[in-house]
Amino acid sequence: MPYSFASGTRKDVLALMIRSRVFEQKIEELFTNHSMHGTTHLAIGQEAVHAGVALGLEQRDWIMTTHRCHGHTLARGADLFAMMAEFFGDSRGLSRGLGGSMHLIDMEHRNAGSSAVVGSSVALATGMALQLKRQNRDEIVVAFFGDGASNRGIIHEAMNMASIWNLPVLFLCEHNGYGMSSPAHRMVSVSSIAERGSGYGIKSDSIDGNAVQEVYSKVREIRQWMMEHQRPYLLEVKTYRFSGHSKSDKRVYRSREEEAQWMKKDPIEAFSRVLIAEKEITEQEISDLFEQERAQITEIADFFLNDHQELTLRDAEQYVYASGGDR
Amino acid sequence: MRQISYREAIREALAEEMARDEQVVLMGEDVGCYGGCFSVTSGLIDIYGPHQVIETPVSEEGIVAVAVGAAIMGMRPVVEVMYGDFSTLASDPLINHAAKTRFMSGGRQSVPMVYRTPMGSGTGAAAQHTQSLETLFTNIPGLKVIYPCTPSDAKGLLKSAIRCDDPVVFLEHKNYGLSSLIPEEDYTIEIGKADVKRKGTDLTIITYGKMVSQALSAALTLEDDEISAEVVDLRTLRPLDTEAIRASVKKTGRAVILHEGPAFGGFSGEIAAAIVEDEDTFRALKGPVKRIGGQEIPTPFNKNLEMQMAPQVSQIISVSLSLFS
Repeated sequence: MPYSFASGTRKDVLALMIRSRVFEQKIEELFTNHSMHGTTHLAIGQEAVHAGVALGLEQRDWIMTTHRCHGHTLARGADLFAMMAEFFGDSRGLSRGLGGSMHLIDMEHRNAGSSAVVGSSVALATGMALQLKRQNRDEIVVAFFGDGASNRGIIHEAMNMASIWNLPVLFLCEHNGYGMSSPAHRMVSVSSIAERGSGYGIKSDSIDGNAVQEVYSKVREIRQWMMEHQRPYLLEVKTYRFSGHSKSDKRVYRSREEEAQWMKKDPIEAFSRVLIAEKEITEQEISDLFEQERAQITEIADFFLNDHQELTLRDAEQYVYASGGDR
Repeated sequence: MRQISYREAIREALAEEMARDEQVVLMGEDVGCYGGCFSVTSGLIDIYGPHQVIETPVSEEGIVAVAVGAAIMGMRPVVEVMYGDFSTLASDPLINHAAKTRFMSGGRQSVPMVYRTPMGSGTGAAAQHTQSLETLFTNIPGLKVIYPCTPSDAKGLLKSAIRCDDPVVFLEHKNYGLSSLIPEEDYTIEIGKADVKRKGTDLTIITYGKMVSQALSAALTLEDDEISAEVVDLRTLRPLDTEAIRASVKKTGRAVILHEGPAFGGFSGEIAAAIVEDEDTFRALKGPVKRIGGQEIPTPFNKNLEMQMAPQVSQIISVSLSLFS
């Protein structure tokens, strides 16, 4: 691999993946026991993508993510307090409790948010890249989407425009095998979505999305290539969501055997094995990391379970138009 | 003052705003050397270049979505979609994204963009290029909707729309050759303010867009029957200037509401509600509130049939007279 994590930082990478996992597990628990309302889309099992992409980018780069956005938001550096607040609809949340789980927006960390209209955010990200190019900024935008979204017409329009205008957008397909209940092998016309890049003259590749070092290296490599060639890129990362599509999903569309096969490729366990083998960390230290992250996130969740603040409808109206009350 | 056309007025607004602020970017199909489907943008690419005039592929949803994303990053895009009917394609980025971005980010993002598109019949382009679809947008909090009739209003309102930090749907009629006097100096017109195009005492005709011209013609003829009709041009549909509507109807006691699209489910219902929901205005009424809309069928291609689609001046006159019988 052309790029590897700087020496001594791999433990932090593992910690970031664990934080993502533990955060999602806490969210799942809070939804299951009805402490939170609405719905949520977990990405347990996709942590190598969250960490690998976020660390592979420069801080000045941008992301626009999907309805399955917790891990990406966390990995970009969002304040966990403000993230958790948003899930509770608390006014101290990233979007003051007006966006919720599917719309985590964190401009401070250059996360421009997500659309819950599956696939639509890809074109918005393309527009962000158009403005970056007009301003000759040395920044790229990552447009996340899934295998389900890959069938939206808007992604065809966006990829075509990114190609004809040479926009700095990295189309990043998180291929987790299912669009809700529908398996990609029945819904997507190609076995690898990377193949679709050639239809737009966009260079593409497909990699193992459960190998964090590979994702990181590939993203750094692509970023370098995009800067040199002033071209968009399509990267497919193959992964699997261990969790269901959303909180109500009983996972009737796939077998427990299939899930067990993928569990063997758990990205956190895979990276842990590497670090243990190379004596960068011990099993005890990993288990301590889980405990530390759990303790931190539980403390934040407990805070919001006991201390709720929210906007009034009159307050919320101030955010419809720039002039506040103008209707 | 000088005489210019609706087309030239819109072009001047675009040119002046592009000169004032390089973040103002015109985007759309054929808006470059071709000058746009209705020649509104002719010559702009020669002055402002591809940095501010971006010719796009045939991708209405994509163009508008790209504009939304660029606007989040500080661009002030003005998107031209060549026929208002294609707003169905642009509705996802406008309704689900542009209108909600500020809100869903708790005020941390804004979408300062303008969506320009022409509406209405009379061009022989049949059912998919002649609709009046303003009500797709008037029911969406987060959007502003403007539909001016005169060159002067079009210029002043488009400049305000471009300077507005909210997404604005700017609808145009296709009588681009309509000309009138406009001020020499730089000016803007406030969004959300109606304009009394003709003063009167006996009847109020409330309308917008192309139908303002029809209303003025009808008002002129009504003079023969010694009826003094006031014509209120809404100019902006959202936010609606309910004060101006009520002030006029309280004065005249009679209201005829007019628009080109079908009345059933049309914006005229909202205007009627603005009249009858207000106690004082309701009490001032001397008769029922009347609505006149276009025919309740898709636009026929046949020329004679198409010409009967939009409300006719004779119809406005007869409905107005009925309030005096």
